Order: sequence, then structure tokens, then C-alpha cells
Amino acid sequence: MRITCPICGERDRREFTYQGDAVALRRPAVDDMPEDWDAYLHLRDNPAGVTRDLWYHEAGCAAWLVVTRDTVTHAVLDADLVSRHPGGAA
Amino acid sequence: MRLGKGGQIDRSQRIGFSFDGHRYEGFAGDTLASALLAHDIRLVARSFKYHRPRGVLTAGSEEPNALVTVGRGGTQEPNIRATVLELSEGLAARSQNAWPSLEMDLLAMNDLAAPFLAAGFYYKTFMWPRAFWERVYEPLIRRAAGLGALSGQSNTDRYERAFAYCDLLVIGAGPAGLMAAQVAARSGADVILCDEDTRTGGRLNAETFEVDGKPGSDWAALVTAELAAMPNVRIMTRTTVTGAYDQGTFAALEKLAPEVAARPNTPREAFWRIVARRAVLAAGALERPVAFQNNDRPGVMMAGSVRAYVNRWAVSPGRAVTVFGNHDGAHRTAADLMAAGVHVAALIDSRPDAVTDLDVPFYKGAQVCDAQGRKGLESISIATTSGIEKMRTDCLAMSGGWNPTVHLTCHMNGRPTWNADLASFVPTPDAVPGLVAAGACNGTMSTHGCLAEGARIAAAALGDLGFKVPDMALPQAEDAPYAIAPLWAVPGKGRAWLDFQNDVTVKDIKQAAIENFRSVEHMKRYTTQGMATDQGKNSNVAALAVLADATGRGIPETGTTTFRPPYSPVSIAAMGAGAQGAGFAPQRFTTSHAASVAAGAPVVEAGLWYRPSYFPRKGETTWRQSCDREVTMVRNAVGICDVSTLGKIDIKGPGAGALLDFVYTNMFSTLPVGRVRYGLMLREDGHVMDDGTTARLGPDHFVMTTTTAAAGAVMRHLEFVHQGLRPDLDVSQCSVTEHWAQFAVAGPKSRDLLNGLLDAPVDDARLPFMACGDVAVQGIAARLFRISFSGEQAYEIAIPARYGDSLFRLLIARAEALGGGGYGMEALNVLRIEKGFLTHAEMDGRTTAFDLGLERMISARKDCIGKAAAARPGLVDPDRPQLVGIKPIGAVKQLTAGAHLFEKDAEVTRENSQGHVTSVGFSPTLGVFLGLAFLKQGRARHGEVVRLVDHLRGIETLCEVSDPVFFDPDGGRARG
Repeated sequence: MRITCPICGERDRREFTYQGDAVALRRPAVDDMPEDWDAYLHLRDNPAGVTRDLWYHEAGCAAWLVVTRDTVTHAVLDADLVSRHPGGAA
Repeated sequence: MRLGKGGQIDRSQRIGFSFDGHRYEGFAGDTLASALLAHDIRLVARSFKYHRPRGVLTAGSEEPNALVTVGRGGTQEPNIRATVLELSEGLAARSQNAWPSLEMDLLAMNDLAAPFLAAGFYYKTFMWPRAFWERVYEPLIRRAAGLGALSGQSNTDRYERAFAYCDLLVIGAGPAGLMAAQVAARSGADVILCDEDTRTGGRLNAETFEVDGKPGSDWAALVTAELAAMPNVRIMTRTTVTGAYDQGTFAALEKLAPEVAARPNTPREAFWRIVARRAVLAAGALERPVAFQNNDRPGVMMAGSVRAYVNRWAVSPGRAVTVFGNHDGAHRTAADLMAAGVHVAALIDSRPDAVTDLDVPFYKGAQVCDAQGRKGLESISIATTSGIEKMRTDCLAMSGGWNPTVHLTCHMNGRPTWNADLASFVPTPDAVPGLVAAGACNGTMSTHGCLAEGARIAAAALGDLGFKVPDMALPQAEDAPYAIAPLWAVPGKGRAWLDFQNDVTVKDIKQAAIENFRSVEHMKRYTTQGMATDQGKNSNVAALAVLADATGRGIPETGTTTFRPPYSPVSIAAMGAGAQGAGFAPQRFTTSHAASVAAGAPVVEAGLWYRPSYFPRKGETTWRQSCDREVTMVRNAVGICDVSTLGKIDIKGPGAGALLDFVYTNMFSTLPVGRVRYGLMLREDGHVMDDGTTARLGPDHFVMTTTTAAAGAVMRHLEFVHQGLRPDLDVSQCSVTEHWAQFAVAGPKSRDLLNGLLDAPVDDARLPFMACGDVAVQGIAARLFRISFSGEQAYEIAIPARYGDSLFRLLIARAEALGGGGYGMEALNVLRIEKGFLTHAEMDGRTTAFDLGLERMISARKDCIGKAAAARPGLVDPDRPQLVGIKPIGAVKQLTAGAHLFEKDAEVTRENSQGHVTSVGFSPTLGVFLGLAFLKQGRARHGEVVRLVDHLRGIETLCEVSDPVFFDPDGGRARG
């Protein structure tokens, strides 16, 4: 698997560390409802299709990325810096 | 027998080898199979299940029968296909799966019991009694059935992993592949051309076709020479592309030539990862057998392989050869044999309308229905319209047609498409992004078709990549039609073999269908068809055709089993090259490692780090003696410990304080410059992630320490929190763990020690407890932190790593002069347990700040990671296990980590467990074992007596619950 880091270019996936769904960028406020926190912490979709994950370019530039990929075809559709996705917006 | 002339072998170079202890000679260019056939050795193996005599069937990597073992001891390698084993001087090959010998294999009695050993036999028979399966049945079956054996010793051969990148990867160097590579090379693209064979040319080496008026193999050599001279082309022969993966990544196994692999420090095999922008699959096709009674007799071979032996190796596998096929291509075998002067006894074609102009006994609309000769073919029976005719022959060349090598196109979940005209599966386009099939693997069967398609597919791929493709004339070549009429199995009684390697017959497939294993995947598992080293390369299509027939479905509806990588066997040694022994994981050494080892310290692993366990002194015979002495030394004098393995993260920028406030539960933006604070870090789910001290070196500059274990995770976390959650903060962080050597100087004499060493002395006024500052040692700038993980007056001195070794030696010498010395991990652990300090034994990922008694560290004045979740009722439930100290008070004075705690008089059951012990150590300071434990409602139970039970080690004792801080609870010693 290859991921194109927006800073370093196309690299082998072994340079990256996988974290999980990019929903982690949509952090609720500290006094938001427990349901919001429950959803943020625990509830994840498991789509057959397009998904947005967090990857960390640990053996590269240390950038956190939102990688958009298709779990059916394994196509990597996009990789962008998390800082360009404030609040996890797509 | 070896023919008098011809072939692509070097007759001037004789090569001595042995098979089952008998010595023979072959020529350079031979494989073990061709050399054995040259010596008329037909019996080379025994089959997997029935121990049937078997001979060479094919001339390539698809060989199911001719498996041998090479090497002894650590270099022994079983299941090598003789058809791809290059002959080399002194090669000693042995047959497998036969006892006492290949000629007289007693386990061949399995063959007589065959009526009872059909598909599903094991599953049905060895069911009862249940306990017998593991101890009796399985060992018995394993001994009787199988392939070659491993030596049981560690592999001493060398292997390598390698990486390559290209614009166009061409897989297969036959006519289509060579043409594709030539087009790409002349376009200026970076090209990698791989072929599993020792030379390029593919089928051109095995056929008598001409290309551009030259023998096909000569044309291949010319093109190869042109490509080899170009800087943008890499030709990798002996390299099998074994798998297709995501985003243009391919795996390939390169086997080095025997004479290269024999050089010192040279690998035998290299496992490649090739990343290609585009790929052309030109893997050719594999010929399939026809199933008829006893079609596994040694001497029954694939027709195309017989041509390969005759044309490439100048070997005739028989003296009176018969040819049996269902398409025109099979006729070429008769023609080539006759041209080479070999007697052809008959040409049999199952098609009633077949014609030939060869001067040979010709049977059209006839089928071979039986073969005779147990250890070597003697005769065949031919079923004609007028009855059964027997014919003497010592070699039958059969062909049921060709199966395009679609494997790689299916590695990413693709399924091939049935093509009725070819009676074969062909690749489904775009099954692997960027990979396009060309030539025979795409169902294009003529040489002209292969050349044209190779050129066209490559040009299209290069056009996509933006290369300008020059106009090139196609070389002239034959363009004969393929004209096949499907023939899978000849009707008749007896066993007709489909999968030679796994001893699966037509009857077995039908049996599976009768027992309702109708899915092709179920049939495969029930009969074992398509398993082991050949993965059914010869048999898959015929087997599913038989299954389709037995279940009344069509072949496309029946479908294929799943093709998975690797295409051909890859040893674990090659895939894991470099990862044996010390290569398994990186090793991290502190700058004091050499000095510690020189001092006799046993080294323990701490993650990837290696740290001294203790520093034994004369007269100490157990680790406990050393540990006790080191603890006492720190409490009474001074000790030195390398703490460089703790993670160090440099944090700079105007937003540094705010970032720390957000990742730590407590405040750091208020920390004065020159001060250090203990911080607690939570995961977002409210559990404790890590702890450590962070020092403020300047208004916008902090240095954080993490635990050794969590250094990487904390670094990732900081980057995530900053980049993902607080990109507004102007701050950057960088791991400096490797850049600083850091040593704890701990004990009442620590300041005395430093004040003889530092360029300017320190005192409590300038550097009180939890302060930090710049110092110098012999002019070298260093940092001094007044922090303590031992509870004593202590410092940690950090110096650029290149001075670590020399500073450590200086510190040790000065400590020894003051009645102290170095201390290791054991003493470090006891010192911190005496003080109730935490490690990841306590912060095990399930504990909360509340559990650890640190809930007051969660600041009410700000948000932080984990704050919301930590307030969940379940995480602050008073019934949760809470950190306590325990001391043994019963007759047994030992405590063990992992033991469970029970109420003193409660029954010792799982349900009654009140908690568990996380850390223990013998405290020489207090003269008793101390433990840290988690106990339900523990903080309210100080003074209570509980029962410790360690079922694993058989230890049970009564303990008194206490505060986790056993020693110097008000911390006066650390403040000095």
C-alpha cells in the first residue's frame, strides 16, 4: 500500500502509523452531552466503501494525515494534513 | 535420452551431480529434471498420499510431481521442483516421501488401500475416540502422507530483502513481455523486466518458431542484449513476481544463480518489493493434463514440456513417444520430436475432425483411456470408434489445452472470466489497477498475437504515463489458430488423476459433489485439490470442469477458487530476511552501555532498550544481594543510574504552555522558568496514559520527559493533539531522547558529588527541589534537574549524548569515592516502590487518575484531554480498585506481582477477588517485602488485613493494607 504524503510525496505504508477514524478530529466540548462523548470515543462506522482514517507519518515528517480510501477496492483517494480539516470536516 | 545435437545447453561444460546418492553428469544450462531425463530416469518421486511412483510432468515452476530435497542440516531445503532447479557442480538431490527407498517404498501399500482412502476419508474415519486424534491418528497420518521434511535446525543460509521502483514492470520475458519491454525501453521509461526462468524468451526457448526469420530464442537473445545495454532497463531473470498488491506494489522472489549464491556473504534469495506506476502481465499460459486412468504413470508428461525438453535441453523423454491432445498445438510435439529424430509411435487427437500432414500413425476422435507400467510407462490403451487398441510407448505427451496464467490479476479479489472459445479462464480487465495482461496469459495464443499485444499494451500504458512511444515495426511470426475442443476427463473406470500433487482423482471430485460439497471452495478443502506447492496450477480448471459436470452447472457458474499470493512458493526465510535473531527488532543502547557491561552488569531488555539490571560486586552471589546493597547505598550515600531511556520531548513556541495545559491534567502555563513539575497525562477515554516531569527552560521552551515505554506513543499523541485538535497553537515538538544522555545522581551525598564535578557549585537556594538550570561540566554545557524518582535528595544531569560515556564513568568514579556507585533497574524499582511512585505496572491502560489517588491533579480551571471522560460515573466509582500499599504479616514473607487479593476469611474464588498486586520488591530500608496493589475501595481500607493468593506460584500470605508511600511520606529527604 502506498500513501502520498502531502509533504514528502508517495511513500510505502510502512512509514505510517494507523490510528483510526478521522472522527477523532471532531472533539466535543468538555461540557457537551455524554452521548456526544460516547459517540466521539466509541461509535465508529465500518463502511464497505469510502472511509476517512488518520495516519501518522511517523518514519517521515511527523505529519498527521486524513487518508480517504475505499475499503472495497483499497484505492487511496486522498491524503491531506489534519490541520486542513478543522473539526474533522471532510 | 540426450539427443546428439541441438538445444540451448553448453555441451563443453559438464556438471557432476547426484540423485539419491547415484552420481551423474549433465551440462551447463540443464535443470535437475532435464539432466535426469537425459539419463532415462523416469521415477523421481512418490506421491503425497498413495505413494504412487511419479515422474517429471512439466518443465516449469508448475511441476507437481518432481519434488526433491537439497542440502543437509541448516541448509536443507525440501520440496524443490526439479524442473526449476539449476544444475550446479556437486548438487546432491534426494527424493522425498518414500521409505526405505524411492524404488521400494513400503508406504505404497496406501495405494492398495486406495478404495478406503478417498476424499473425506480422514474426516470420516478418525473421529472416534476423540482423544486419539491428536496423539495417535494425526502423527500416523503425518508420517505416512506428506512432502519433504525440514531439518529442524536453524537456517544458516543468507537471504536479503530489497526494493525497486520503475515506470513499467513487465512480468514475464516471453514474446509479449520482451516486446512490451522493448517498446517501453525505447520510449525512455524506467523498465523492470522479470522472469522466473534463468533466461529470457519464455516459450520461444521451448518451441521451433521463428521470429523475424531467426530462431525464436535467437530473437529473444538479441532483444535482451539491446535491453541489457540500456541504462533505463533492469532485467531480472530467476525472479518470480509472486504477488500483486495495492497501489502498484508487487512482490518478487529472486533466486540467485548457484555460482553467485556460492560466493561468500552472498544471499541465496532476495525478496523484492517492486513499486511500478504501470505493469504488464505477460506470464504466459500453463498446459493442463487430460484425466484418464493411470495418467500419473512416470513417462506421461505434458506435450509442451516434452517439446521444451527436446528443443531447449536436447533431451527426449522417451524412445517411442506417443502424443495425445485436443488442439492443433499438440501436433507440434510430434513434429518437433520427428525433426529431432525421435520415433513417434502415434498421434492421438480427441477431435473427430482433426487433420495432420505428419507422417505418423494418426488417431482422430480417439482418446487414451489407460496407461500401463507401474514405475515407468510401458504402454497405453487407445479408445477408438472401433474399440480399444493397446500400444507400446515409453512416453506419452498429453495436452488438454492451455490455461492462461491469470493468477496475478486475481490477487486483489478479482475473478477471471470464462472464455468458451479457448475453453479457459482469461483475466478480467482492471482487476488490478495499473496491471494489464498481454499475450498468452490474456488468451492470445499465437506468437504474432503475443508480440502485437505486448507492443500495444505497453504503448497504451506508456501513453498514460506521458511517454512518447516511437513507431516500431512488429517482427514477423507465426499466427496459427488455436482450435481446441475441450476434453477434461476420459470416461472409464479406475482412477483418473487430476491433481497429481495431492492425489486427487476425478472420482474424488464427484464424491465431493455427491456429499454436497458443491461450492468449488468446499470441494477444494474436502478433496485437497489445488493445495500445496503447485497450488493446482495443472489441475484447477479441469477439477472445476469435472465439478461443474457433476453438479450440472456450467463452468462459469461453478467459478474458480481464490488465487492468493504467492504465485509460487516463497520461503519464510526470504520474506523475513534480516529479521532472524538480533535482526528481529532494533536494539537501542544507552551511552553508558559499554561501561555498564564492563562493570559486569547483566543487561535486561526494556522495550527496545537494553539497561543494566544491577552492578554486582565481589562476594555478591545473587541479584538480591546486589540490589539490596544498591538501594541502601542510595539511601545512605549516593548512586548513579542511567535514565536516558526515558522519552525526552523538546517543546518550543509561544503556544507551548497552552499545549501542555491541554495534554496534561494539571497546569503548566503557570510554571515559572527554571522549575519542574510532575504531570499526569490521560487518554481521551479518561484512563491514564503516562506521567513524567516537564521542565520550563525558558518562557517558550519546555522539555518533557515520558516513561521509557510510552515515549513513542506520547510523541505521536502530542503531534496529534497539536496538528489535529489545536492547530491554532504556535508550537513545535521534537523528540530529543537520543540527543541527551541523562543520569540520576541520587542520595544524601549527591550534591557533594556534583559540586566537585560541575564547573560552578550548586546549592539549595539556587537549585531547590523541583528546579532546573544550565550547568557546565569541564566547559560542556549541561542541564541539571533537581528531581527524584528515589525519594532521596537527587539530581538528573543531562549532557549531549556524545559526552554520555565519559560523564557516566566520571560520575561512577566519584560516587565510589563517596561510598556509592552505580545502580540498576532492580534497585531503581525497589526505591520507587518504597516511595509509592508509579510505573506502567500501575498505569496499565485500565487505571484512572481516581484509581491512582491522583484525581485532584485534574485541574478544574481548564479542559484537557480525557477530562470529560474521566468524570464518567463508572471511572470514579468508589468501588473501583484503588492503589494501596501491602506488607506481608503472615508466616510467608514473600509477595508476588500478579497475585490476587481476597478478604481475609473469604473463600478464594474468582468472584471474590478484591484486586491484584502490580509491583513488589524487597525493601532493605524497611526490612520487609513491599507491594503496590489495586484493591476495591482500597483507600478506605488502610490497616485492614487481606489474603494474597498466587495460584500460579503457589504462594499465599496475609498482608496489611497501607498507604502506597511506605518511606518518608512527607518527602523531606527529597527536598534535602
